[in-house]
Amino acid sequence: MKKYAILLLTVFFLWSCTNNGPSGPNPDDFDREAILVNWADNIIIPSFTDLSEATDQLHTSAETFSASPTQQNLNTLRNSWENTYLAFQHVSMFEMGEAMQLRFRDNLNIYPTDTTEIKQNVSEGGYDLTLPSLNDSQGFPALDYLIHGLGDNDIEILSYYTTNIDAQNYRTYLTDLTLRIDTLTDQVLNSWTSGYRDEFVSNSGNGANSSLDMMVNDYIYYYEKHLRAGKIGIPAGVFSGSPLSSHVEAYYSEGFSKALFNEALSASINFFNGTHFEGEADGQSLDDYLDYLNTMKDGADLTSIINSQFQDAKNEAQTLNDNFAVQVESDNSLMLSTYDELQRNVVNLKVDMLQALNINVDYVDADGD
Amino acid sequence: MNNSSIRTYFSGTKNAAPLAVFRIQFGILMFWSIIRFAANGWISKLYIEPQFFFSYYGFEWVQPLGEWTYLIFIICGLASLFVAIGFKYRWAIIIFFLSFTYIELMDKTTYLNHYYFISILSFLMIFLPAHCYFSVDAWQDEKIRSQKVPSWTIDSIKLLLGIVYFYAGLAKLNSDWLFEAMPLQIWLPAKYSIPLLGDLLQQTWMHYIFAWSGAIYDLSIPFLLLYKRTKPFAFILVVVFHVMTRVLFPIGMFPYIMIASALIFFDSALHNKILEKLSEWLRISKSYFDNGAVYEFPKTWLRNASMGIISAFFILQLLIPFRYLLYPGELFWTEEGYRFSWRVMLMEKAGYANFKVVDPENDQRFYVDNTQFLTRFQEKQMSSQPDFILEYAHFLEDHYQEQGIKDPEIYAESYVALNGRRSQPYVDPNVDLTEIEPSFKHRTWLLPFDDEIKGL
Repeated sequence: MKKYAILLLTVFFLWSCTNNGPSGPNPDDFDREAILVNWADNIIIPSFTDLSEATDQLHTSAETFSASPTQQNLNTLRNSWENTYLAFQHVSMFEMGEAMQLRFRDNLNIYPTDTTEIKQNVSEGGYDLTLPSLNDSQGFPALDYLIHGLGDNDIEILSYYTTNIDAQNYRTYLTDLTLRIDTLTDQVLNSWTSGYRDEFVSNSGNGANSSLDMMVNDYIYYYEKHLRAGKIGIPAGVFSGSPLSSHVEAYYSEGFSKALFNEALSASINFFNGTHFEGEADGQSLDDYLDYLNTMKDGADLTSIINSQFQDAKNEAQTLNDNFAVQVESDNSLMLSTYDELQRNVVNLKVDMLQALNINVDYVDADGD
Repeated sequence: MNNSSIRTYFSGTKNAAPLAVFRIQFGILMFWSIIRFAANGWISKLYIEPQFFFSYYGFEWVQPLGEWTYLIFIICGLASLFVAIGFKYRWAIIIFFLSFTYIELMDKTTYLNHYYFISILSFLMIFLPAHCYFSVDAWQDEKIRSQKVPSWTIDSIKLLLGIVYFYAGLAKLNSDWLFEAMPLQIWLPAKYSIPLLGDLLQQTWMHYIFAWSGAIYDLSIPFLLLYKRTKPFAFILVVVFHVMTRVLFPIGMFPYIMIASALIFFDSALHNKILEKLSEWLRISKSYFDNGAVYEFPKTWLRNASMGIISAFFILQLLIPFRYLLYPGELFWTEEGYRFSWRVMLMEKAGYANFKVVDPENDQRFYVDNTQFLTRFQEKQMSSQPDFILEYAHFLEDHYQEQGIKDPEIYAESYVALNGRRSQPYVDPNVDLTEIEPSFKHRTWLLPFDDEIKGL
């Protein structure tokens, strides 16, 4: 047994020896925690703060409209809705921590919205918006329907809140939805500002549950599923064979889908480059990390490949109609070519970037085979 | 070696303690592995939640059994406990082998060389008298109880371990590993957060040291463990090497299993000491087993059959890793003959596969959302491995036939990046994958690899 004690000691000795190499301070060493700090302090928290102010405003506008359903108040409400929806595009990709617990994105932005369910909720009352089954009758798409889609023109729409037999219920439903958006947003923001930020930043290790891996997985998932597929691919019929114009985001607004897409694409680009929210400053992010790894490996310059592909997608989208539903019906090929440009970056992000960063997809035993 | 020295070798005997210790360790570590697997929630996550499972060619009939899958794990865990205490050993090890192998065959997404190692090791153990000493069976049955076993029974385990290491070493003799330090150059920098080592792992020279010492270690360790003079040093190497892999890579229980297994190379004196300690601790009398008897197989034909099966087993083990030579093209790219060959940690392969479904009747075409059918882990594994891609394409064919497309054509647009190279197109996008049947034939539907990796 003594022999074993010696053996073990030797092992520990060798183990600790590995630190005594000629390491010293290493100028090349890259500070990954700086990325997390930049994301949290300059992108995520400011974006949620901005959204939270917008949802507050949205709820106030909805209450004002509900108390007095005039054309003017409707216009104000629509404005707030647009601002809030745009602000939401900046946080939609951050489905982690409290947002993941709450299934924030599912509650706020499942489209197409279920209009039958909305009408049923309104006429029957007694709905519980926390039920996952009601995800598709709330959030921005449901509001879109309530403020743009109830009738063919504004007079008709207003009548739902004034003369309709369920007018009172419509008013209540409207404010229930805006209140829920506001509450959920505050919950997520509060969690970030009261503890989760530090947890996020300090979880700077490597592994499927580390912040970097989780965030990158979420980011790519968002880009692929919600930006590429949700906003462009699905309406263009990429996954169904024929175009589905009713599946565009903000369908009832007739003309806001492109603005939302552009905002979301910009948010994705900013995140990749670490650009501060509503600022020009460029902090540490995936681009810098890729550059660092690249100088080590002498590989292709992934950062510029990815950024120029983002630019191509952005340019391609310029040609699209403000209302994607119209675009899909008039000339779907333009929609498809925007999709193709977005698709090219899926390969860059999901294959080349993930490999370079060595991100773990999931916590499962797996080696390189 | 002439005939008589072979005969002398096969009639030689050794103290049974190493085999008993090996059995106990194996049983306990397997039990622990099963508990860990369950505690991580992997049974449900890997075998119950997914709606589709990737099968090995010829084993499509092996599928998870829904909620009953838990039962297979319970059986496997109990069997490993029985193996550890040596109770109804033969039955226990047979059931362990079958249940463990069944689990591994359910979905090849989770394939790992060390799971395969456990499968074949437990198969080998079926034919070894690991229960004749320090076991419940030997306690109860005087006919089984023996202090000595044929030498070859212990040596067969050493041989298997030797093959695993040596072949793993041979596989590292390629230009990516030795001259590019790939994939270590991708994997190691990402381990920045490991205390003490993190900074060193950022250094390129360190990647080369890891690569070369890894290859030399694998090739030499079986021999260093065999010779008396180098044995203690070799064991230290084993511990250091595997502790290192444990720290650096997500390979679960494997390092512990290999460290424990390497003890088999030591003299029986050590194992007897371990068993004495264990006896004191459990308050049983070890001397009860020290009867001086030599283990005899119950029937001569059983002995001969065991030796025959084990010989055939080892011949296969020596040949299977070289089956890749039968295929043209780059092994890492086509993966024809890649698995079951101790090619451990050799590749960082990332892929992306997008499937286009075409209905030839009306020329309607659309793309598949993979997340609708596969978990993230399955999708990752699928997109860089050709047999997965083909199997998935056939699954999609069945799915869309049920959806009413009479004869769907399925095309893959896919990209793969291998060991730090830029991604390049992988599957020929003009090939209708539904027309290709899975087989062991060379895959002509993959695009060529536009680089060269030299070596074994």
